[in-house]
Amino acid sequence: MLIFTCPYCGIAAEETELTPGGEAHLKRYGPGSSDDDFEEYLFLRPNAKGVHFERWRHSHGCGKWFLAARDTATLEVFGTYSAQTTEPPAEIVTAIRAKRPDWSPA
Amino acid sequence: MSSRLPQGGRLIDRSTRMAFTFNGTPMTGFRGDTLASALLANGQRLMGRSFKYHRPRGVVTSGAEEPNALVNLGRGDRLEPNQRATTTPLFDGLTARSQNHWPSLEYDIGEVNVALSRFLPAGFYYKTFIHPRVAWKHVFEPFIRQSAGLGKAPKKPDPDRYEHFYAHVDVVIAGAGMAGLQAALVAGRAGLNVLLCEQEGHAGGRLPVDGGMADADGWIEGTVAALAAMPNVTMRLNTQVSGVYDHGYVLAYERIADDAPGSDAPRHRLWRIRARHVIAATGALERPLSFAGNDKPGVMLASALRDYIVNYGVSAGDRTVIVTNNDDAYRTALAIKAAGLDVPCIVDARPEVTGDLPARARAAGIEVKTGMGIAEVRGRKGVTGVRLCRQAGSGVPVEEVACDAVAMSGGWSPVVHLWSHCGGKLTWDDAGAFFRPDHARPPTNQDGAGFVTCLGAADGALVTQDALSNADAMARQVVGALGVKPAAADLPETDSVAEAPLMPVWVMPHGAGPKKRAKMWLDFQNDVKVSDVQLAAQEGFESVEHTKRYTTLGMATDQGKLSNINGLAILAEARGAAIPDVGTTTFRPPYTPISMGAIAGEARGEIFQPLRRTPIHDWHAGRGAYWEPVGYWRRPYCFPQEDESHADAVAREIDATRNGVGLLDASTLGKIIVKGPDAGRFMDMLYTNMMSSLKPGRCRYGLMCNENGFLMDDGVVARLNDDTFLVHTTTGGADHVHAHMEDWLQCEWWDWQVFTANVTEAWAQIAVVGPKARTVLEKLGTGIDLSAEGLPFMAWAEGRIGGFDARVFRISFSGELSFEVAVPASQGLAFWEALMEAGGEFGITPYGTEALHVMRAEKGFIMIGDETDGTVIPQDLGLDWAISKKKDDYLGKRAHERSHMTDPERWKLVGLETVDGSVLPDGSYAIAEGENANGQRNTQGRVTSTYYSPTLGKGIAMGLVLNGPDRMGEVLTFNTTEVPERGGPPKTIEAQIVSPVFYDPEGEKQNV
Amino acid sequence: MSEKAVSALAGSAFEGDVKVTEAGLQGMVTLKADLGAAAVADAIAAVCGAGVPEARRITTGKAMQVAWMAPDEVLILCPHDRADSVVADLGKALEGVHHLTVNVSEARAVFTVTGEAGVLKDTLSKLTPADMAALAPGEMRRTRLAQVAAAIWFEEAGTARVICFRSVARYVFDLLSTAARPGGKVGYHR
Repeated sequence: MLIFTCPYCGIAAEETELTPGGEAHLKRYGPGSSDDDFEEYLFLRPNAKGVHFERWRHSHGCGKWFLAARDTATLEVFGTYSAQTTEPPAEIVTAIRAKRPDWSPA
Repeated sequence: MSSRLPQGGRLIDRSTRMAFTFNGTPMTGFRGDTLASALLANGQRLMGRSFKYHRPRGVVTSGAEEPNALVNLGRGDRLEPNQRATTTPLFDGLTARSQNHWPSLEYDIGEVNVALSRFLPAGFYYKTFIHPRVAWKHVFEPFIRQSAGLGKAPKKPDPDRYEHFYAHVDVVIAGAGMAGLQAALVAGRAGLNVLLCEQEGHAGGRLPVDGGMADADGWIEGTVAALAAMPNVTMRLNTQVSGVYDHGYVLAYERIADDAPGSDAPRHRLWRIRARHVIAATGALERPLSFAGNDKPGVMLASALRDYIVNYGVSAGDRTVIVTNNDDAYRTALAIKAAGLDVPCIVDARPEVTGDLPARARAAGIEVKTGMGIAEVRGRKGVTGVRLCRQAGSGVPVEEVACDAVAMSGGWSPVVHLWSHCGGKLTWDDAGAFFRPDHARPPTNQDGAGFVTCLGAADGALVTQDALSNADAMARQVVGALGVKPAAADLPETDSVAEAPLMPVWVMPHGAGPKKRAKMWLDFQNDVKVSDVQLAAQEGFESVEHTKRYTTLGMATDQGKLSNINGLAILAEARGAAIPDVGTTTFRPPYTPISMGAIAGEARGEIFQPLRRTPIHDWHAGRGAYWEPVGYWRRPYCFPQEDESHADAVAREIDATRNGVGLLDASTLGKIIVKGPDAGRFMDMLYTNMMSSLKPGRCRYGLMCNENGFLMDDGVVARLNDDTFLVHTTTGGADHVHAHMEDWLQCEWWDWQVFTANVTEAWAQIAVVGPKARTVLEKLGTGIDLSAEGLPFMAWAEGRIGGFDARVFRISFSGELSFEVAVPASQGLAFWEALMEAGGEFGITPYGTEALHVMRAEKGFIMIGDETDGTVIPQDLGLDWAISKKKDDYLGKRAHERSHMTDPERWKLVGLETVDGSVLPDGSYAIAEGENANGQRNTQGRVTSTYYSPTLGKGIAMGLVLNGPDRMGEVLTFNTTEVPERGGPPKTIEAQIVSPVFYDPEGEKQNV
Repeated sequence: MSEKAVSALAGSAFEGDVKVTEAGLQGMVTLKADLGAAAVADAIAAVCGAGVPEARRITTGKAMQVAWMAPDEVLILCPHDRADSVVADLGKALEGVHHLTVNVSEARAVFTVTGEAGVLKDTLSKLTPADMAALAPGEMRRTRLAQVAAAIWFEEAGTARVICFRSVARYVFDLLSTAARPGGKVGYHR
């Protein structure tokens, strides 16, 4: 059972206190977008084995959504960070690189 | 025959006798006995029957790995099957019955003798029950069902209580044997927060039995006392670490009151532990040897035999032959001698035996027969003797030795389960012939670091001195890795004896033929023999996981604790591969079975799940409400009077509401406040229609779609003031709609200035409905102008009614004149009672959800969850009027443009009326011409809501139908689940397409 | 109208290994705003007489406590009959500042759980995954009790307060009573 530290309240919360929200950093495509873009936004997920950015809500806590960088195979957590960002912040990228030198942001 | 020895037994108290029964026979034991030791003390070696062949079986082990001695424990509501006699503490009044036999343990007519067992080989089920096809249902399945299952399931609810307990520690240590105690000392002295769990009722593990330390009991006692004095160390006995999971989550199973049925204590407690590190000081388990007849009662593990002597003062037999491939078993010979009983000989498969322990055995006058094995065990329900042969040969007997017990030892395997549960890898140790933890590939935690350490025998260090040094060194490593400097902890003196290497022996004798191999048991409980694994290999089962499932090797309740390595070795040999290349099956939690009660914890009975109650709940209960679960809420479905049927109650409630006044507890409806400068803009994104244009003081019905375009919720929005909206959601939608709002605000539009608050439970909301609704409210006295002009349809006002602080919403879900009045939750019950009193003269009637449903259906109002199912868009329901054309965007707008959503062939909402006035079955389909590719009838629509309307005196329904709105008046045929007459066509029912608004289409009644 | 107001369980109590009491009517006001803004700190100081709490902490003012709930949210605990005026006063003090205040007294239930400090922590640890050993007095932990959301804090060693939603008050009371049932002492926390 996973543990993530909520970046908003600092609590290391266990999975039962959290709600998962799927892949992070999706770009929303609304009216006027192409079918392909919309399909990609709504349905297509790489489902990576390895480094993955994902959304979690501290639902049995401060109620805030936050983002996490995690290895989907080993369950190692590289860091958690604010949901108010469109891409992984530099320190998260650095933390991942320290553990996974071969990885590079898409 | 087994018996109680005149002295000895370090765990028993001979001054306290305990009476118990086995298969109805009264017996006695001592405090401190296990059920197994007490049975042996009473001369009862036969303890059960095997699963497949119903062969007579005795106890083989003295611990958690026991495959044979499973009993039905207790009776009545405390009956529990498959309890291991070896881990069941004896208590006064215990009752046990053996399993898997009929009519009795001694005489089982189901017993399959060896001659017959060749017809039941590996994969027997898969091969035998294929043909003829019809036999499956009438012959094979009833037969298999009859013989399936182990033990008897209890038929009554469990009367005991159970609980969970959360603990957060630096280190959890599994096992308080010598290694675990030393590790606890090291970690405890370093100041770490330590939880030490021991599955047995005493600390020390095998140390006092196996020797290796001059004053073992003294050291154990001293260490336990030292640990007890440390405030940062907790030791729990009778607590087994049963599983290790991701991120340092550990489950431990504490047995508190197994030996005190009916006491106040919880029977079991499941510890839900978060540990930074897990130390597995779980020791090692002895392996059986595979020789013909190794499953007969009286053949036991050598270590178990000496456990019974040293710990319980019980002997397994008077004359015990030892058969071994290693030095350790000689300890058993010495223990038997010390107890004053006979060891006619030690049969050692090794050609040369020179170690210290054998020397001591020889000095004690025991004959050691080297290079020998057992060709066959004599005796049927108990050992009467053994025939010996050359281990190197094919099993020609060279002599026969009379004996009544056999102690076998095939070497030891470290207990690596906890290392493996979370992905730790193993490596094969050639010298010891076992798998041990591969230190380079540990299970990893959230930081990517290894978080489980096996130490002592669990790490493969089997000799006392090695195990102690290993435990100390590994524990220091753990402490260091947790960032603490390990303090000096003194190591006790040992006097452990060096042991000569074992000789791997997988089949005894080495060249045994098929006949012998079919009598060599690997998995005692599931009756898997050497021949079965060899057959599986012959038939092409190469993967160990496949072989396991095909033969059921290791799939019994002991999960292969005894059979695993022996089975792998046989498979490897049969395939001509090395054991490490064959690999091992995966160890999964729990280590031994744990009770369902412990898993459930407190969640049973009234608190099985949270039950949400409105402020008026108890009033409803007092009026005999028949409940409908809606999410975790309980809402009254109807209020039946005396012997009234539910249908009659619903009809009465509707009639009273449509003609007088009804009351509905609508408190469960979601209420969410949305406030801020950008609230209007946000509301326009949430709803398909325009909400920003709503005037303060007014209400508007709105539809909410998800980004897929599908309807997710609906409800009435009230604008409280310029920057504040009150969103009403469905009962089931409150929490997820609020979460949906927060998701978009926090993760997409975080620069918008909007705050939300879910205030669902702050208000008791009561719908006062019917022609007399206004009169009742006015009678209570109010400063709010409730007249048609003062508070028109879809308006709301705030003020006092009957002295209550109230918000009144002039909205209607029934088509009647209706006021939904919200008062603070703490005043809800008082307000409800005031309404009941004021409405008495008008026949005011509380109504439930079914009346609500029928009345909304009569009006053609949709219900989320009935007309919608996650694939329905507003356009399907004729709700285009509620979709704004002016807005550039709303959640779901882009999805509504997708080709599938604009397809003219989508099924659309219509009303349905049966031709004969009956009620359409819920969920039935409108049949179309032809069949689909699967040979099923084509369909052209389905029923989404269907009721008997007491107002109209006939069945009414809504449904989604292909081009439905363009086909008014057409009659469709719907399927039913009614059983047709013999040979007749399937029963169907005809219904006409009509407008979904059945009642008061002009809305005259709600607008008065 | 307060004479007609009743709390969810009207002060029900259970005495076992610890004592569980529904605390009766408790005023509670949610304030959502930028907690870092000076105007917000001023408003809280003026209305509650308390400072803005640090993350997870509780500050105490004149007959009121202010508990940190989230980076943009505090919960003000005040006498039940003062809640509406706290909402009104905060509204006035924060005029022109983006915020949300709402009286949530009615939406929740509050319990007081008292007993020997270790036994109290043991009792709560039967129900919550939060580490009770690490929860210092004056710190509020939002977590769950069995299957529902709850906030827990210690006023002092031996006295815990628990807030849950009103609709599940009976469930939480039953949970706490079951956990406190005699015969189940754990002896873990000291």
